[in-house]
Amino acid sequence: MDESRPIFTQIAEQIENDIITGVMAEESQVPSINEIAVFYRINPATALKGVNLLVDDGAIYKKRGIGMFVASGARERLVQQRREQFPVDFIRPLIAEAMKLGITADQLTAMLTKEGTP
Amino acid sequence: MTTIIEVSNLTKNFGKLAAVDNVSFSIEENTICGLLGRNGAGKTTLMQLLTGQQFATSGDINVFGQSPVENASVLQNISFIKESQRYPEDFRAKHVFKSAPWFFANWDADFAERLIADFRLPLDRKIKKLSRGQLSSIGVIVGLASRAPLTFFDEPYLGLDAVARQIFYDRLLEDYAEHPRTIVLSTHLIDEVANLLEHVIVIDDGQIIIDETADELRGSATAVVGPSGAVDAFIGNREVLHRDGIGGLASVTIAGLTSTERADAAASGLELSPVSLQQLIIRRTNLTELGGNEKEIEARA
Repeated sequence: MDESRPIFTQIAEQIENDIITGVMAEESQVPSINEIAVFYRINPATALKGVNLLVDDGAIYKKRGIGMFVASGARERLVQQRREQFPVDFIRPLIAEAMKLGITADQLTAMLTKEGTP
Repeated sequence: MTTIIEVSNLTKNFGKLAAVDNVSFSIEENTICGLLGRNGAGKTTLMQLLTGQQFATSGDINVFGQSPVENASVLQNISFIKESQRYPEDFRAKHVFKSAPWFFANWDADFAERLIADFRLPLDRKIKKLSRGQLSSIGVIVGLASRAPLTFFDEPYLGLDAVARQIFYDRLLEDYAEHPRTIVLSTHLIDEVANLLEHVIVIDDGQIIIDETADELRGSATAVVGPSGAVDAFIGNREVLHRDGIGGLASVTIAGLTSTERADAAASGLELSPVSLQQLIIRRTNLTELGGNEKEIEARA
């Protein structure tokens, strides 16, 4: 866990990652709050808060008395959200560092090409 | 949520010393609360007051809605694990676990046995022959297996090694998840317990200086690192919790930032580094001490 941000947002992100990479398939059951708390060694109230972010977002839904499940269509929506966030989280810091080192736009493009397309 | 501990204007004087100085706070049911502070800050006195082992000089204490003093209906629901628990001469560890169910209605003997195996506690050895860590593990086992609705751990792990402490945290969390109850944990090892806590109360010099949820506290500060000029321009007139500098570089701890502000900082070439709960508490404790000194200086002038 990264100390600088609230743990519950990190739990939500971790579950989002699992949905995006397919570790948690759509319509499959999400671990219980207690399982999440014990696994990440965090307070269950924090785990609940993290999961509730995804419930509010519609990525996870609750079946009363049974548990929580990944909503269908959740993966695509999460991928879309992350793509929109990508420039802020990754491109801007990359450009800031490049400017600090005096790397030009052309050099940066060349580097991206050299490192390979994903 | 139900409030399980409610304290208002509580003071405890020992002669001229105010060990607990006019404090008010409350603790909600089924939360894990950290009671943190420096040596001699007043943590143990506060817990003794809450469990009816000390008489308040003034103020009100309500535990389960009643005064805890000489009140069996309150005290039977409390398990208080002390740093320096004394046992009768000639007691062996097994005697502690045999007598514990007499005092704790929810005692789980199976759970106690699993914990004894986890901590590798020799049951037949005389207690005075046990090591400091083994003695601490007896307290930890009693505190966990008693499953009291309100459990106090006062520095429960003097002498416990890192492995044993991790076992304690893991079992505490697992059992708390299965059997929710109110736990008040006093410790110096803030980093180790930071993620377990839902609520943090910091006491310093008999007064409460922090009373917040762990999430609020964690989001409440960030360190901004970069060239002094750029850092100063960025922080403007925000309140500075702490300032370090080396050469032209400054590291300044300020209140938490929104994501837009974080992006702005990154754009101005500043680095944001995390402030752990432990660092934050140290800084806020120092801040009040500095404030106190200033007041003293003014009083003298």
